Amino acid sequence: MLTFKQFWHRLGSPKWFYRMSRPWFVAFAVAAGVLLGVGLAWGLAFAPPDYQQGDSFRIIYVHVPAAFLAQSVYIVLGAAGVLLLVWRMKMADMVLETMVPFGLWITALALFTGAVWGRPTWGTWWEFDGRTTSTLVLLFLYFGLYALRQAIPRAETAGRACAVLAIVGTINIPIIKYSVEWWTTLHQGATFTLTEPPAMPPVMWAPLLVNVVGAYCLFAANLIAQLRNAVLRREGGAQWVRDAVAAEAA
Amino acid sequence: MFAAQFRREWLCVARARDEILNPLAFLFLGVLLFAMAFGGDDEALSAYAPGIVWVLVLLANLMSLEILFRRDFEDGTLEQFVLLARPPFVAVLAKVAVQWCVTGFAITALAPLAALMLSMPPEAVPMLMLCLLLGTPALSLLGAVGAALTVGVRKGGVLLALLVLPLYLPVLIFGVSATAAWAGGAAEWAQIYWLAGFTMLALTLSPFAVAAAVKISLEEC
Repeated sequence: MLTFKQFWHRLGSPKWFYRMSRPWFVAFAVAAGVLLGVGLAWGLAFAPPDYQQGDSFRIIYVHVPAAFLAQSVYIVLGAAGVLLLVWRMKMADMVLETMVPFGLWITALALFTGAVWGRPTWGTWWEFDGRTTSTLVLLFLYFGLYALRQAIPRAETAGRACAVLAIVGTINIPIIKYSVEWWTTLHQGATFTLTEPPAMPPVMWAPLLVNVVGAYCLFAANLIAQLRNAVLRREGGAQWVRDAVAAEAA
Repeated sequence: MFAAQFRREWLCVARARDEILNPLAFLFLGVLLFAMAFGGDDEALSAYAPGIVWVLVLLANLMSLEILFRRDFEDGTLEQFVLLARPPFVAVLAKVAVQWCVTGFAITALAPLAALMLSMPPEAVPMLMLCLLLGTPALSLLGAVGAALTVGVRKGGVLLALLVLPLYLPVLIFGVSATAAWAGGAAEWAQIYWLAGFTMLALTLSPFAVAAAVKISLEEC
């Protein structure tokens, strides 16, 4: 059995990662499929309608997991940036490369579902209140990372430049978040926090919890699959990659 | 070390006057455009004046950031700094300090004129100047990170704006709300402390990020 330190050390090796990660991917993908399937069906079809909002509240089962991920993915990017700059881990660069488009899409999804829900509930598609604004800024931060990588031709330099930007962004996210919330505003407080019991009845929040966990599993499965692809792309010239691909094809 | 570097940067900037004047001219041109766009409606103009001033300050600062590292990058001076300067963030800090003197500080000094053109109440002007004095260093310091990351990129201007403007948002929010509160006659100190806090935080952290970013950009060539 590996100690944590050994595990961490080996995670830096693309070869070791590629050999070991297939079952991890399968596990997370299956978990994500089951949890999201159950959670979405439960939330969208079986949970009772809200006494004020009727059925429109059900978008929460997509919106909240997406908004959770939107922030978590950026924190992962910041952590990957530190790993890349300090320990020069190749895998960290791949995380930084592959998770930017994922973060961009999931943030866009959070904004879109929020707008769709806001129209019947708040009476407006869009309002520059604290949380919507900070999520929009997050979208621009993701887009900045994406654009910076596109602009720099050499992959290694691009990765390290993005690492600096991701770290600066991660430090700035709480500052931006709290300064836009200075004008508090239309958006209700967090529906779900780690520290307080939810104000919703269990029949409503249980599917949400299932969906949130499922969304994180989806993130993990996506991360592992994209990292595996990135390993093949970047290490494509190495003999072990050819052997591994030949073995899989056979 | 800092003093020598500061002197060198100061001489470079002083001998390239257009680099000082262009952002300031841009600022006043922007003020003029807004004044015209409001079509002589002084009341509306003075109501929006804090927002207009701050947005133009952000953009003027961005304009001068684009050339912050460019000349030294192109003629190889920047590479020498990274090789020679111990530690490199001191050299970087001196560059940013000079950049701030010719943008943030100059804008602060000229702010009464902009306030006059936007028909802001005269009693709000000292507070506008204080807010600018406290807020603009944070803009220069944060912006320098973006400038250092994009210096090697061809046509980096739009990219720089994309990277840096989201990070400017807190300064914009607190700058505008403090200025607007004072223009409306309310004594609001909280936002001013916040601006000072952002600047201190940027001053402690961003020189390291800028130095790291300069090194990364130099690898490219």
